[in-house]
Amino acid sequence: MAVRSETDLAARGFTLSELMIAAAAREINDGELVFVGMRLPMLAFLVARRTHAPAAIGLFENGVIRATPSPELLYTMADPPNLRAATECGQMLDVMGLLQQGRVHVGFLGAAEVDRFGNLNTTWGHRDRELRRLPGSGGACDIACLARRTVVLLVHDRSRLCERVSHITSPGYGSGNGWRRAQGLPDDSGPSAVITTLGVLRFRLDGEAYLASVHPGISVEEVLSNTGWTLRVSDELVETIPPDTEELRVMRELDPNHFWTR
Amino acid sequence: MKLTTMREAIERHVPSGSMVLLGAQLEPMIPFSAGHEIIRQGRRDLTLVGPISDILFDQMIGAGCVARVMAAWVGNVSAGVGYCFRRAAEQSIPRRIEVVDYSNFTLALALHSAAMGAPFMPTYATLGSDLLKKNGNLREFPSPVNEERLVAVRALRPDVAIVHVQRADSEGNAHLWGSLGVAVDGARAARKVIVVAEEIVEPAVIASDPNRTLIPGFLVAAVIHEPWGAHPSPVQGYYGRDHAFFAEYHEETRTLEGFERWLTRWVVRPQSRHEYMSQLGEARAEKLGVKEHAFAAPADFGY
Repeated sequence: MAVRSETDLAARGFTLSELMIAAAAREINDGELVFVGMRLPMLAFLVARRTHAPAAIGLFENGVIRATPSPELLYTMADPPNLRAATECGQMLDVMGLLQQGRVHVGFLGAAEVDRFGNLNTTWGHRDRELRRLPGSGGACDIACLARRTVVLLVHDRSRLCERVSHITSPGYGSGNGWRRAQGLPDDSGPSAVITTLGVLRFRLDGEAYLASVHPGISVEEVLSNTGWTLRVSDELVETIPPDTEELRVMRELDPNHFWTR
Repeated sequence: MKLTTMREAIERHVPSGSMVLLGAQLEPMIPFSAGHEIIRQGRRDLTLVGPISDILFDQMIGAGCVARVMAAWVGNVSAGVGYCFRRAAEQSIPRRIEVVDYSNFTLALALHSAAMGAPFMPTYATLGSDLLKKNGNLREFPSPVNEERLVAVRALRPDVAIVHVQRADSEGNAHLWGSLGVAVDGARAARKVIVVAEEIVEPAVIASDPNRTLIPGFLVAAVIHEPWGAHPSPVQGYYGRDHAFFAEYHEETRTLEGFERWLTRWVVRPQSRHEYMSQLGEARAEKLGVKEHAFAAPADFGY
């Protein structure tokens, strides 16, 4: 399935990762404070900075703040190029404090599993019906609790997009309506998009996910049959907008050997 | 005299059963050489504390040193999975470990709380999560000043914090820069601090820039001069991250036998950091070295 869409996309002049990075970059508005993760979100932040959001500011959980993109491609947030000429190199609590104040507009997260209400599991996963110990939260739980919007990126299949995660590492909308408020989580926070290998999910006011766009060459049926619950589909379903020439140019300049964008 | 060897420092200050903070700066400046010496000395029943510590926690778990991990993330930052951690958590190989799951913020608050001498710090982080349900050091409580619900993060006081720094004097006054993570609170939270430094400098060098002295010497029990002691993690201004080393570790430790071979080669056989670096080879070290220095402008402390 993934192979077919990859081939299909290659014929259109970009890879699936490039499509997902462009979609993630568009979740960042100009001037926003962004909790940047590693891998694809890192590239998404750099693409946003270099295209439509030149005033976006990146926060990293090791305490680093950057208002200018790092001069080189990064593998981890503490690689020396990310610290040189940073806006600030502080402590973890400096950036976590900004997050808890509600000043971080958007945070990016990966996940092993996401459910119908956007809850994430990165602690105990399932593979071949066996329990698998995963690395854990890192800063994901903090970001999911406290960022105004969170954007999740992951591979789309039935085991990863499940009806209910078995372990809530990072809370989304819990069981729906009013759950976040009942838990004591800040108003005006929670997941805003799940960018998968097949499409983009967003959330209704009741906290349940719906299919907002499908990637080029992917059918709605394909998305539904690869989702572990009966996914609602938007009446205004669109095709995910492909990366434009400028976005692709920036991505390929930052990652010339396609380390992250294979 | 606090200046000593890694062997003596671990012998003296890290007995079996200790709670040890490692990897306080997150991905960089992870005290790998200290962790390797702990493994060589056969320490057992340790509690490891740290936000992530990359593959160092995985190695110490695989070597059987660890009874409990209190961390936000355990694995291999380059590759995701840490196979030793997974074998221990899923199959109790080489022994059963207890995993106390934190988030980065709550682990930082646990250390901050101890550093402040407070019993706990309040936060909204982890509300609604299963971390809050399962970690007994995170407790929900009603706010005493308004109608909100909060999480009390219990203070965590490690027996010893091992912190890798760029430079220190022989009394342990230490300069560190770059990504700080939880190092400042960690050094104050712990009962003892071991400083591992790339360079030992004259006290006047440290005293010339007191804002950069993030660990005062009176907190420090031992100072070790250990160039390359953080490899394969990076030290700003000294060497970069050896990404290939993390990828190789990932490939070579998939199986228990593979990990044992890796451990013999990189930890058991080299008796010192010097021997470890000889094995790594000069060519590889040179490739990781600083290509272009970028010194900060001096700050004027004159009056």
